[in-house]
Parts: sequence; C-alpha cells; structure tokens
Amino acid sequence: MGFMNLFKHFLGDDWGVHPDDRKRPAADRPLRVMPVPEKLYLPLQQHLGGPARPVVLVGQQVKKGELIAEAQGMISAPIHAPTSGTIVAVTDITAPHPSGLTLPAIILAADGRDEWIDCQGCADPFALDPVDIGKRVAAAGVVGLGGAAFPSAVKLTGAARSKVKTLVINGGECEPYLSCDDRQMRDRAAEIVDGIRIMLHATGAAEALVGIEDNKPEAIAAMQAAAAAVPEVQIRPVPARYPMGSEKQLVQVLTGKEVAAESRTFDIGIVVHNVGTALAVRAAIRDGRPLISRVLTINGNCTNDPGNIEVLVGTLAEEVIAFAGGLKGDGIGLARRVMGGPMMGMQIPHWRVPVVKGTSGILAFDAQEVAAQEPDPCIRCGSCVKACPMGLLPLEMSARIGNAAYDEAVGIGLKDCIACGCCAYVCPSKIPLVQYFVHAKGELAAQDRNKLRNEATKKLAQQRQERLDREARERAEAAAKRKAEREAAAAAKAAAEAAARQAAETEGESA
Amino acid sequence: MNPVSLTAQTVASPHAHGGNSVSRTMFRVQLALAPATLYGFWLYGWPAFFLWALTILSCVGFEALSLKLAGVPRIKGTLLDGSAVLTGWLLAMTLPPWAPWWVAVLGGFIAIVIGKQVFGGLGQNVFNPAMVARVALLVSFPLPLTLWVLPLPMSALATPDFVGSLRIFLGSLPVPDAVTSATLLGHAKTELSRGVDLAAALHAGPGLSWIGMRAGSFGESAAILILCGGLYLLITRVISWHAPLGVLAGVAIPAAIAHGVDPGRFLSPEAHLLSGALMLGAFFIATDYVTSPNTTTGQLIFGLGVGLLTWVIRSFGAYPEGVAFAVLLMNAMTPVIDRFCKPRILGRDRKGKPIDIPENA
Repeated sequence: MGFMNLFKHFLGDDWGVHPDDRKRPAADRPLRVMPVPEKLYLPLQQHLGGPARPVVLVGQQVKKGELIAEAQGMISAPIHAPTSGTIVAVTDITAPHPSGLTLPAIILAADGRDEWIDCQGCADPFALDPVDIGKRVAAAGVVGLGGAAFPSAVKLTGAARSKVKTLVINGGECEPYLSCDDRQMRDRAAEIVDGIRIMLHATGAAEALVGIEDNKPEAIAAMQAAAAAVPEVQIRPVPARYPMGSEKQLVQVLTGKEVAAESRTFDIGIVVHNVGTALAVRAAIRDGRPLISRVLTINGNCTNDPGNIEVLVGTLAEEVIAFAGGLKGDGIGLARRVMGGPMMGMQIPHWRVPVVKGTSGILAFDAQEVAAQEPDPCIRCGSCVKACPMGLLPLEMSARIGNAAYDEAVGIGLKDCIACGCCAYVCPSKIPLVQYFVHAKGELAAQDRNKLRNEATKKLAQQRQERLDREARERAEAAAKRKAEREAAAAAKAAAEAAARQAAETEGESA
Repeated sequence: MNPVSLTAQTVASPHAHGGNSVSRTMFRVQLALAPATLYGFWLYGWPAFFLWALTILSCVGFEALSLKLAGVPRIKGTLLDGSAVLTGWLLAMTLPPWAPWWVAVLGGFIAIVIGKQVFGGLGQNVFNPAMVARVALLVSFPLPLTLWVLPLPMSALATPDFVGSLRIFLGSLPVPDAVTSATLLGHAKTELSRGVDLAAALHAGPGLSWIGMRAGSFGESAAILILCGGLYLLITRVISWHAPLGVLAGVAIPAAIAHGVDPGRFLSPEAHLLSGALMLGAFFIATDYVTSPNTTTGQLIFGLGVGLLTWVIRSFGAYPEGVAFAVLLMNAMTPVIDRFCKPRILGRDRKGKPIDIPENA
C-alpha cells in the first residue's frame, strides 16, 4: 500500500482492489515443459463462439498439429492434434466448468513419436497481406490466452477493418497467483515483441502499448530490453491493482480513453490482445504452428511445487498436478479446485478435466485461502461500491436480484458488470455477489430465449392459420371454378344439342 | 466418460477474500470507542460503569430474544457479529453517566427491538438504533435524561464507593445535588432564555471540553479521545472522511458566520464542535453504515445535513442539543440521497446513456 494509493483513496479514485498477489515463489521458478501424456481430451468448444466440428474418424492416425476439428460459423476456432497418435473416441467428457456437466470432445491416444506435420512457416511476415495473416491465425486456432478465449483472428481482421490506431497488449496479469504471462515475458520477451510487430502489421495499428503491472519488475525490464530497438512498441508499467487486466480499465489507464458502454474498443481505435496471444500469433505465422500448447501456473497452498508449466492442450489437470509434484499430503486439506485465477476462475468438480486453450492456471486452495463462510446480512457499508471498477452499486443490484426484480437490476447497471469479483472480495458479510449477478444474467438470458421462442411459436401458429385459410380459400375457389366449368360445359352441351336438333329439324323441313 | 461426482458445493468466483468481516469492523469501532469509555469511567466512577455494562447487556439480551422470536437459525453467530454490543455501547456513550438502571434496560429495548429488529434486523433499519433510543428516552423521560453530574475529579464530593455507586445506579440513593451541573449547551440555552448575553454567561472557553472536564454525557466528554478513535477508524479504513468532515463543517461554517455577526447570541464554532455529542456523532454515528448513504458524495451531503441541522436545533430549537434529532432526520433522507448520488458507470454518462464515441478516434 504505497503513499500514492493512500492519496488516491482519500480522493476517492480507488476503483478495484489490492489483493495479496501470491505470485511468488511460483513466478520465479524456471518454466517446466510437461512431456506428452498418454491420452489427450480435446473439447470441441474451447473458445467463445460456435463449437468446432470434428473432421476425423475414430481409429484415424493423426500427426502433431493436424486439423482434427474445423471452425464452424463466423466466430469459432479450429482444433489441432497436440501430438501424433490415434483418435480413440469422440464422446462427452466432464467440462472444465463448475457445473460438472459434460461436453463433446475428441480423445486422442498418443503414439509417443510426437511427429509434426509439415508446417508452412513464413520467413518474412511483414511481406504478407494483413488479410492473409488473419487467415493464417484463424487456421492455427489461436484464441485469446488471457482467459476469455475469444478467437484472435476475428479481432485482428475486425481491427484492420475498423482502422484502429493503437494496439494495447495486456501484460497486466492482475489475477493473484497467476504468473504465466510474467514468466513468458521474462523468458520470451524478444519473441513476444516480434509477435506484437506481426500483430501491428495485421491490424494496421501505428503503435503498441504494452501494459505490465509494476509488481513484475523482471518482466518489465526484459520487455523494455527486447523492445528497445522497436520504437512502435512501448512498454508501459501500470500500477498493480485488480482488475487492471480488464480491457476497459487497461485501455483507460494506458490511453486515457474511455470505452463507451455497449460498444467495443474498436470504436475508439483500439484493439486489445494478451501477451500470450502475441506468442501464439508469432508461432502461427513464423513457424506455421497451430495453438496446441500453453503455459499455465500451478499454485495454491495445497501444491507441493508451485510454478509455471508448458502443457499440451487436452492434458488432464490431474496429470499436470502429478507432473508438478502433486498435492501436499495427497490432497489432505484441499478445500477448492480452481481453473483460472482466484478472482474470475472457475471451480471444477474434480481434477479429471482437461486443460483448454484458455486455462491460465490450476489452483489448489486450502480452507484458509478460500475463506468460505456463510454470508451475513448486508450492512450497507458501501465497500463494494468503492471497489467496483465499473462504478456500479453491487449492494443495490444484489438486493433487487434477491427479490427477482431482474429488470430493476438491469436498470442500475447489471449489464455493465464484468464479474471481476472485486465486490465479493471486499464484502465484510461475504455475500456471494458475483453469484447473484451471474444468476441474474442467466435468468435474463433464459427470459430472452423464452421470449424469442414464444414469438417464434406465435409466428409459426399464425403462418399455419394463414396457410389453412389460404388453402380453404383456394379449395373453395377451385370448387367454384369447377362448378362454373361444369355449368358452362352443360350449357354448351345443351346449346349444341339444341343446335343439332334445330339443324335436324331444318334438314327435315328441307328434305 | 467420467461420472459427475461433485465433491464440493459449487460456488461462483471469486475464490479469494480480502479478509474483512462484520465482526472485525464492529470490533474496530469498539476499539476506537475504548479510550473515551475508559476515560469516562475515570471521570464518572462506578455508576457510569454499571450504566455502560447494563446497556450493552440489555441490547444483547433483547437481540437474542428478538432473533429467537423471529426464528433465526444462527442466533449465536449473529450475536457474535458485535453489532448489538456496539449499539448498546454507543447508546451508553450518549446517556447521562449516572442515569438509573431502567434507563439502560428501556434504552436497550427501544434501540434493539423498535430501532432495529422490527425492521428486519441487521442492515434493514432506516434509523440509527442508538439515536432512536436516545431520542425516545429524552422525549419520554426528560428529567433523568438531563441530570448531568460533574466529572468526579472536579467535584467537591468524595467519589462514591462500589456499594454506594450500585445504590445510585439502582435508584435507592438519590444523586447528591452537589455533583450535578448543567452542560455547556444547556447552560447557554438557559442563560439565553433568561436574556443573558452569552459573553457574560460563559466565563470559561470551551477548551476544557477537549479533555472532558465539564458536565456531559458519559462518553461524549473527552473530545480529544473521540477524535483519536475517529482517526483510528479513518486510518484502518473502517470509515471514510466524507461524513465526519461534513458534520464538522456543517456545524462550524454556520456557527462561525453567526458567531461573527452576533457573538452575544450565538456560540462560537469551537464551543459547538467540542460540546455535546458532536464529535461522537461525526465519527461514530453519522458514519453508521446501515443508515447513511453508500457513496462518498452522498456521505458528504449527509454529514453536512447532520451538521447544519444540529446547529439549527442548538441555536433556535427548544433543546440545547440536536445531534440525535439531526441524525434521525438525515437518516430519513438517506434513501433520497442514495437515489441522487450514484457513481457514474464507466462508459456511461450520469444519466446512464452510453458516452459519445469521438468521431476522429
């Protein structure tokens, strides 16, 4: 708690929280690379957007880096084999999600040879057309590695189309416990800067601002050294404050610009990418390698040997933990399993869930760290109001959600909530505020879906009625027409007969 | 594939907590009250201690009874959060130090049952429970509630011993006249009503109030100790500076103007700030979480309102002291203040519309 922070607190400029970051000693340990496990579990949905569609058959042999599921729809990402081996099943597995529900996945048995396909790299990415870079990044299945896992190519091409001026690179890593970005900035600074330059080329932005929290001095030094000769890439230390790594907050701190509600950073000429994504983009363009592995942090009081590990996507958390030295006392005292960071990560039901592209950490917490407790009544202390980085009133929102008044909660800003967890972190009554907000957003989404379905049903019923009416009308018209035709025919026949008779009579007369 | 085995109850993020708790907050406030309280024991002797103890005890007792009647499952946990103790403590601080036992019990009943539990318990009450009890007692029983004793070190009489004190507390021994006195505010009001100029009525300045050497409520006397407690709360971030500063400024500014215009009719800002419940009100009552606005801007407005109303009541009202009334009036205004003082949502203007996107971005 520095003097400046105290000063800002007194001025009231005090959004966010200052959690104990718990990044060391894990951040200071050298990166370990985990060997290929026996089996890999690759969910078809590892990104925001539409799930990928499998393009392999059970029993098929695949090589490392081979496409096994293709992107479906505008916002989606393909999935590649993280190692060579045999597809053993396409089935449902436990999702890396608190619900413990299942989702479809491809299961790959490794053959141990770890044999790459032919990768089509590119020696001079800056000679490529930006559109081509976007296509290559999309084909490599690169998604945002900061946690949200949004397909990166969509953002790159979208930024180029919107003619953004500034590329903001998120090296904030504001989540406590996590240090995978920190570790990569220390170890691979030159490659990250190269990746950033490729991204600049792809987006057409003139400058890149790399925001790194000032609790990572080694990473700042390494990145500054790597970017020293690259004037368009600027390393900008930012104060350590959660959620500094949140898009809108980081943009505001780095550029002074405020992203309008209900709009995107594109609209103010900015696009934001994570440092890990810069590395993945570089690998996709320079080496032609798809995204099949990532660095994640193993941490928490229950782990024997916390640190950063490079892991193939699809490896079970169980095996990553075993590789990282296991849990203390084989998991005695384990209170909570979390994937991601402690502030926004997900609790998982057991360790047999796979690492996906967006998994930034595997955390094993003891009871003291999670501090779980029955909530007390709200004492209206306003801590949540001060902590909220979005300027919302969490206590008012939760009170309304408690009464199922979801629309009122929306009226006071529910849709602007970024679920960062600052409010629940500071709440003295330990009210699970984020749970309220997530629940309400889910309810609202369900209401919207219901409304859409009702409208669709109504429309269908209306169309059916119209069709029935039309058909009845057509039938009636057809019947009337036939009747008229019959009558006309009968009349014609009668007329012909009459004429014939008359002719006969005339003939008879003349005869 | 894997059976869905939920080994733990699912909970949403965050999976970490800052460590703050209701009981820690309440404990810190009590710690901040401790110096003034201990000093009060020294000033007023055993009767004050009995009053303090019984007020807290009755508050906790009525809280337990209410929770039981309401069918709350976690009675012990709720009692241990310390809120009832704090209510009792604050109420005791505002009572005359030698008030009889039934004032403590009745005060505890009004504060907890009428002031808090009928609204639904902790966090639900509109008015500050201690102030509700204080005002109800004052209006219902003006005599025992305005019987002020001189601090014992200043009194000519010998300090009552334990048994004597107990008898005073239980009402079997009358409070000797020799130890009673008027408060500064009360004296000023009486003299003004007699048409005596304040310059003539007040011989000594309010300086002695810094150390509480003047007749007054049990815990309101030593302004310096209350101030220290308040500063401790500011440093530990239990409270922010907005409400206290608002209260002090709300009293001091009109007092300074009025005193400057007519010193014979209006008390000086120093006398206002150091007398009565003002310091306690600024740091401990106006900062009550439940009954004050949520935003810092709101708290500043709330504080200014409390201060201004206090000055108005003291200067023009029938009562010599007005902090409790002012707090209750502003408590009623809190929902309105909260409605108008909302923080601006990031990316939106004050009205909630998304901010304009600059054309040349």
